[in-house]
Amino acid sequence: MSFELPKRDPRRSFQDTILALHDYWSAQGCVILQPYDMRMGAGTFHTATTLRALGPEPWNAAFVQPSRRPTDGRYGDNPNRLQHYYQYQVIMKPSPPDLQELYLKSLEVIGIDPLKHDIRFVEDDWESPTLGAWGLGWEVWCDGMEVTQFTYFQQMGGFDCKPVAGELTYGLERLAMYIQGVDNVYDLAFNMQGVSYGQVFLENERQMSKWNFEVAETNALFDLFNKAEAECRNCLANDVPIAAYEQAIEASHVFNLLQARGVISVQERASYMGRVRDLARSSCEKYAEKMAPEWQAKYPEWTL
Amino acid sequence: MSADFLLELRSEEIPARMQAGARAELEKLFRREMEAAAVAIGEISVWSTPRRLALLARGLPEATEAVSEEAKGPPEGAPDTAIEGFCRKNGVTRDQLELRNVKGRNTWFAVIDKPGQATKDVLTEAIPAIIRDFAWPKSMRWGAASLSTESLRWVRPLSGIVALLGDKVVECSVGNVASGNVTLGHRFHSHGEIAISGAGDYLDKLRGAHVIVDHEERQDMVREGARKAAADAGLTLVEDEGLVVENAGLTEWPVPLLGRFDESYIDLPPEVIQLTARVNQKYFVCEDKNGKLANAFVCTANIAADDPAVVVDGNRKVLAARLSDARFFWELDQKTSLKDHAKKLERITFHEDLGSVSQRVDRIATIAADRLPELIGWPKQKARTMQPLLRQAAELAKADLVTEMVGEFPELQAVMGYYYAKGLGTDVSEAIRDHYKPTGPADTLPSNEVGSLLAIADKSDALFGFFAIDQKPTGSKDPFALRRAALGIIRIVVENDIRLPLQRLFEGIDFERMYQSPKGVEYSDPSDEIVDFIIDRLKVQQREAGVRHDLIDAVFALGGEDDLVRLLARVKALQGFIGTEDGANLLAGYKRAANILKKEDWSGEGKAEPLSYTPEDAEKALVDALDTAAPKAAAAIAGEDFESAMAALATLRAPIDRFFDEVTVNADEENKRVARLDMLLRFRNAVHRVADFSRIEG
Repeated sequence: MSFELPKRDPRRSFQDTILALHDYWSAQGCVILQPYDMRMGAGTFHTATTLRALGPEPWNAAFVQPSRRPTDGRYGDNPNRLQHYYQYQVIMKPSPPDLQELYLKSLEVIGIDPLKHDIRFVEDDWESPTLGAWGLGWEVWCDGMEVTQFTYFQQMGGFDCKPVAGELTYGLERLAMYIQGVDNVYDLAFNMQGVSYGQVFLENERQMSKWNFEVAETNALFDLFNKAEAECRNCLANDVPIAAYEQAIEASHVFNLLQARGVISVQERASYMGRVRDLARSSCEKYAEKMAPEWQAKYPEWTL
Repeated sequence: MSADFLLELRSEEIPARMQAGARAELEKLFRREMEAAAVAIGEISVWSTPRRLALLARGLPEATEAVSEEAKGPPEGAPDTAIEGFCRKNGVTRDQLELRNVKGRNTWFAVIDKPGQATKDVLTEAIPAIIRDFAWPKSMRWGAASLSTESLRWVRPLSGIVALLGDKVVECSVGNVASGNVTLGHRFHSHGEIAISGAGDYLDKLRGAHVIVDHEERQDMVREGARKAAADAGLTLVEDEGLVVENAGLTEWPVPLLGRFDESYIDLPPEVIQLTARVNQKYFVCEDKNGKLANAFVCTANIAADDPAVVVDGNRKVLAARLSDARFFWELDQKTSLKDHAKKLERITFHEDLGSVSQRVDRIATIAADRLPELIGWPKQKARTMQPLLRQAAELAKADLVTEMVGEFPELQAVMGYYYAKGLGTDVSEAIRDHYKPTGPADTLPSNEVGSLLAIADKSDALFGFFAIDQKPTGSKDPFALRRAALGIIRIVVENDIRLPLQRLFEGIDFERMYQSPKGVEYSDPSDEIVDFIIDRLKVQQREAGVRHDLIDAVFALGGEDDLVRLLARVKALQGFIGTEDGANLLAGYKRAANILKKEDWSGEGKAEPLSYTPEDAEKALVDALDTAAPKAAAAIAGEDFESAMAALATLRAPIDRFFDEVTVNADEENKRVARLDMLLRFRNAVHRVADFSRIEG
């Protein structure tokens, strides 16, 4: 029996938007990764972005990252806000000279015609004190809606990016709502066999919003935070910075949950954020330092 | 022969807010380079779009003139080291020096011939220098070259250079970008490269490729297009020049389009709708015939869309989602009373040495309700009626800081407080709205008395606190906007005729009690300093109104004049007087008298005792005039009739002139000398009751 791959149809299927992007970025030489198997607030936290942005070696990757923002939960009532949604991440290092053109072509691939829709690059510099990172770029507007964050990383983990990586973060649900012409995220067609986004995620949003805001046992969360912090230090002491970085991500997400539960006061907030920042940056630093000899061996001109 | 020079620096999208600065920088650096190479430049035009900076310099010469420069060196016979140093400095060898006779002395000269240079060669060097020296507010590295941090920096990746002198390419390269004669048109409306043949066809070729290079033309298109879009819908555009410039900086082919949003959002405060549209989406808003905000917006697309309705509909959805969020905040905020919101201010630090916002609110309430009514002389009955309103307004003024809406739009602080306090009556709600006013010279003042006093209290607390912990403004640094606070107090009291003794206001603030902080803070009583600071601001502010700063000094130096309304009335009367012939002569007489007194070290009251000798006519005339004028001036000042005080002084002019003409102060007889010095002293003191004339310039 022969099987012919169907044509992607992002106008009628959310998953086809993802698959079309995979096809496209795969053709541009990106490795297509699967999501990082941990809870995180944004695709930028994926090690394929943060840690791989460090060092001189070329790196091109694309992946979907489920992103969790506990405080954005609306119990499934709001047509635009979710506590769990998908980001599509592309990272290309060094940034290719035609990254903007590559990006615009990807929009056409998923069904956005730039003579029908007004595409604009609006200044939006990116900074993550948590990761000791910043970059310059834009939010890309499609008819006034921010659909992508486009960033040239300048620093990561407190180190200059040498070379600079270009990072694209597409808000998949927003884009799909646009492409499919629906006003409510839950009305999106997930596939072409009649499964909607709501059928997949609505109950999840209801229960997880409730858990985030009302149920999660805060003592256990505080405990988790402390344990992640301790484990991160343990990993750093034992020279396994990737493992340390995972614990930093864990601490970051637990902190977000504590925020959603409303048990962190204004004063404490700054102190918790400082602790997370310290873990994440220490992990990045340790990783860069550990890898530096190998990188230098391959790129003798290069310094950390 | 001269030629026009065209330079286009193409890049990925330049932030709109940086484009005006970039144009100025490009022109500055170009002029610097041309001046250094002595290339005469004529008219220069500089333009920007999101994707390019362009400069057109007309009529550049083909080459610079050959010049011969001479430098004078040491004299003949000077030490070798001096002569060698001179050679090194001028880049010549010793045998190239010439001896010349300078005022009978043989002196070495270096003659340096600089040949003319082709302008093209100058530009080849200048363009890379301009790009490398270009100062952007923020710049970045990119691409493979960024393996080194030494790689070229630009605001966003630099992608192309067009450099044409006449019709010839000026060859140069920076980073990986080489100059040429081709550029790109509109990102979506144009395909492929566009060859430019010279300055003459640049604008037109790009116009043909859907790019309006001239930013002013695009601004006109946005402004006019938005007005027209509104007018076509029977509405009036709410003008916003900042939005005009920003939208022109975001587009190469601006197309303003009008859309409508759901009528139900019109229930939101108009400021919220306008800010949502402007800040988040860069849309204009419109008003209907009655001046009410309409449910319409104008967005500016960067394409001539196949179907503009599709673009408008997309923008409408985004605005609807934003307004829906705003409505969520609006409804959520109103579920809690302002009073309960205010309780959360305890958790917000105002300044680590000055306590929480809630403590600041207590202080403002004390100043506004307990101190100001008495200080400005309100009758007891009025004070009693107004105090509860003042206290309530003060206690609620900062409550909106913890609301969701202000969290989303910090610009709306005080405005949201006003809406959330609407049920409490206009005195309180408008006072809350106005308590940061005036925020600049063009801003209006608080609209009612409660608001005026609350605004004074708000600013007085800030001034007192920051001065007490020595956080005064220095130079251009004024992180707590204390100059603005001082100016605010000045405008409120002066323009409302509020008689506020500033010294008493600030001296009456009890730091120990009012500024307790857990840390225990070092402080010093700042009252005098604050009053001086306010007077300094007053001088700056009044300069524009034509009031002389030295006259403000002259009145303020008398001491005790800290009521700005009275101070200015005195100063204005004084300024009028000094401008008359009597005034100018009296000032001259005063200065002469003051000099003599200073020389003789003569001070004190100036006794008005009967004379022990028969006075000359001129002496008697002066004494008589002083006997009449001094009490008259004093009484006029007490009655705040400063014109009369000046008139009284004017009567001294003729007698003092005559006195100096006819009387010898330094008489041989000691009794006469003493009496005459006392007369001058009385004269000086009489004048001083009106102003310290020694501070008056001229």
